[in-house]
Amino acid sequence: VGHPEIFPLVFTTKTQDIFNCRADEDVTEENCFKLIKKEDIIQDLKTRDAISDFHPVKKIVLEYPGEELLVVFDAKFQYGQNFYLVASEEAKENLLKPPETAEEEKEKEEKGEETLEVHPYKPPVHKPWVSLGSEKEVEEESVKEAVPKIKYMISRVRRKFGAPITFTDRNASHVEDSYVECTPYQDKSFSIKMLEKDLGIQMVPKLREASTQTKWTYPKNAATQYFPRQLSNEEKEESLSSKKLKEFLTSVHLRMEIALQQNEIMNAFFDDWKALAEDERSSAGKPYVYLKAYQSFTNLHYLKNRTISCICWHPTIYGIIAVSARGQLSHEEQVNLSDKSLLHQSFIAFWSFSDPLHPQLMLECPEDIYCFQFSPSDPNIIAGGCINGQVVLWDISQHEEKLQNAKTVAEENEVTAVNMVNASVPNILQYIYLSVGENGTELPLVRYCAVSSIQYSHKKTVTDIHWLSDYLEENRMGANAENRPETCVQLITCSPDCSILFWDIPATRLPQQSSSEKTKEDIFHMPPDVPDTSKHLDLCWKPLTKINLHKSAINRDGPTRICLREMHYHYKTSEKVKSLNLLELLNKESPYTETSPSSSKNPKVLESISIDFFVGTEDGDIVYSVWKVDIDSFAAKPVSQKHTQKYTIHSEAINTLQKSPFFKNIILSIGGQNFAIWKEGVTNGPVHQSSCSAGRNTAGQWSLTRPGVFFIGRDDGNIDIWDLTKKTYKPSHLQSISESMITFISPWIGSPMQHFLGVSDDLGVLHVLEICPMLSYPLTNEYANVLDYFEREAKYLKHCEQEFKEYQEFQSK
Amino acid sequence: GIPIRTTLDNSATIPYASLLHQLTMKTRSIVRDIDPLDDLTFLRIRSKKHEIMVASDKDYFLIVIQNPCE
Repeated sequence: VGHPEIFPLVFTTKTQDIFNCRADEDVTEENCFKLIKKEDIIQDLKTRDAISDFHPVKKIVLEYPGEELLVVFDAKFQYGQNFYLVASEEAKENLLKPPETAEEEKEKEEKGEETLEVHPYKPPVHKPWVSLGSEKEVEEESVKEAVPKIKYMISRVRRKFGAPITFTDRNASHVEDSYVECTPYQDKSFSIKMLEKDLGIQMVPKLREASTQTKWTYPKNAATQYFPRQLSNEEKEESLSSKKLKEFLTSVHLRMEIALQQNEIMNAFFDDWKALAEDERSSAGKPYVYLKAYQSFTNLHYLKNRTISCICWHPTIYGIIAVSARGQLSHEEQVNLSDKSLLHQSFIAFWSFSDPLHPQLMLECPEDIYCFQFSPSDPNIIAGGCINGQVVLWDISQHEEKLQNAKTVAEENEVTAVNMVNASVPNILQYIYLSVGENGTELPLVRYCAVSSIQYSHKKTVTDIHWLSDYLEENRMGANAENRPETCVQLITCSPDCSILFWDIPATRLPQQSSSEKTKEDIFHMPPDVPDTSKHLDLCWKPLTKINLHKSAINRDGPTRICLREMHYHYKTSEKVKSLNLLELLNKESPYTETSPSSSKNPKVLESISIDFFVGTEDGDIVYSVWKVDIDSFAAKPVSQKHTQKYTIHSEAINTLQKSPFFKNIILSIGGQNFAIWKEGVTNGPVHQSSCSAGRNTAGQWSLTRPGVFFIGRDDGNIDIWDLTKKTYKPSHLQSISESMITFISPWIGSPMQHFLGVSDDLGVLHVLEICPMLSYPLTNEYANVLDYFEREAKYLKHCEQEFKEYQEFQSK
Repeated sequence: GIPIRTTLDNSATIPYASLLHQLTMKTRSIVRDIDPLDDLTFLRIRSKKHEIMVASDKDYFLIVIQNPCE
């Protein structure tokens, strides 16, 4: 068992003696090997045969190839007996050799370990299977038939085959012992605990079906470009002349005509409900007060003994009004300029709604200002005309921000108000230069930046000043060029010295310059915040051109008011000369090319300017004339005598001559005890004339929102509100505003809900009144109605004239 | 619809022609749906600013745009 070449043998004492391998004598534990010759063993076998110890291994011995067999003394009974026979040469060698090799190896290791034994690779050798007892287990587990099967054969007696059979039923339980029962019972002595049980398990995964569907949309830009189908000209011609079209037109023509006629007869769009509502509003609930007092502005120090000569609202900033004040001088004193006191400092004051006691800004003037205007294109430039005939220019762009934030200053100034009122400082000059209040809020004083030279200005008071807008251009063909929003750069002034002067703004005064250094205002010196560039213009500013009305025989007295009707620039087209402005041509030093409006299409040369205007004179005459200014000759002359018309309606000097904001050819003139409305083109007389009233009319303006309403101020401090849609023979309403004479009226639209009327009086107080909605919002069709009225009046005048002519003719016969 | 003859400028004619053509077709189909023997003769559209009148036929239609009297 185990090693096939090892056969355990029992050696008797006799055998041991024979072979000289007695235990513990010849062979010991250390020296256990004994080589016995094969022939000896064979001889022993022959002699003792069955009782020989070698008997079981007889065959092996006989087959043994070698000469000597190895017998090993097994002292420890390793293989079961005290001796064992090694059956193969190889094993013999191994047994004899290995102890030696082991000893050799040990010796080798002790001697030197440098020599490494390289074991050549030996592939695994196929070894025979060695049974370890597993076949026994397999045998035990396998199922075999242990008991032979018993066979039974049952058959019937032969003779009974095929015989008729009778079946009967018999209940088994009736007959005893017909069956043997073997009932199950629980055997108490029997108990087997089941320790082990074979179970089979199968694992099945849970199966579930699920599905999703995704929609993948990505944005994609898609565009189509299309153009409409159009027929070519030939096709159009063909269709137009085709018979079918003719038939169509004839059939359709009647229907269309009916429809058009219907439209002509009646306006189907007319909203009756709305019209009804309008009348309701006007008739029911008359407002108690037409002009509600909103605010009053006055200042005891600056405006003491002064009268306000002109009011202007700031065009863009809400709530800012400028007033110009001048001394309350009688007419004679006004003429004599040398009577002017030196302490009499002139200024224009800016008021803000937020502060009724202190003006926001003061503009310094060389003389009292009679009239002034904001430039329509740039509200920071103000032009004013003085009593002595000079024209003054201011630039307030540095203070624009302050004006816009005027509200915040109000509270701070309230503290100082008390101080202001109580202090009594007769020297106004000093006061203007001192700062106001301890809080450090200063009253800015703006010095004028340009004043005209005395030599070339008017000789008398500048009574009217207007800015000219440069938009009306006309070339020879008469076609109008498009209106371009341009900077207003030209002024026109008139004066009782019978001249009308045209001025241009010095180029350096344009708003681009306003961003120059903002030095801190040094109140004890002249404020240097005026750009230096314009200093050289002080007293050097000259007018462009002059219209001398003196030459015409019609005018004896000077104009007080001017109302420009139209200005036409006549150009001569030429290729060489670049496009020009009026100023460039006349004032060649002016570096105006960059900023002047240029008509880029056709370079033109300015040939002449024709102006038509109305002029109201000191004597109460209204003169309408057309003048033409020839550029080359630099002389202005009337176009023709025929065009000059003169009307004497008023008894005193005209104080207002204003074009209606709604109708281009309607002008209101106010003077003395009556007023008149003129329509241009109607030369026989005014379209509307009021009857002479008890008091004098001293001021007046058209309403800005209602075409048929205008306000007239009187010398007793009342305001007459005239509403042409209601009554044309007397004012629709009277309201008393102040005690003294009204000097100027100026309406303004502050916001769509708030319409203001600025009224100034002789005491230097500016009243701001709020116009009631009834007077602010126009009625439906008011424009058409008022226009109609004027036309009717014009027709009536014409009719009257004709009748008069006829009468004259009749008389002469 | 392709304009054959117009008194307006081109940019105004083309939208009028195409849009009113579609509207006319729609209107005609409405009229005929209600009563198959009926046919559209005249179409008037009144808006705030204008009145548009369309007279239609089998192949052609005539458009007139009018401002109402004030």
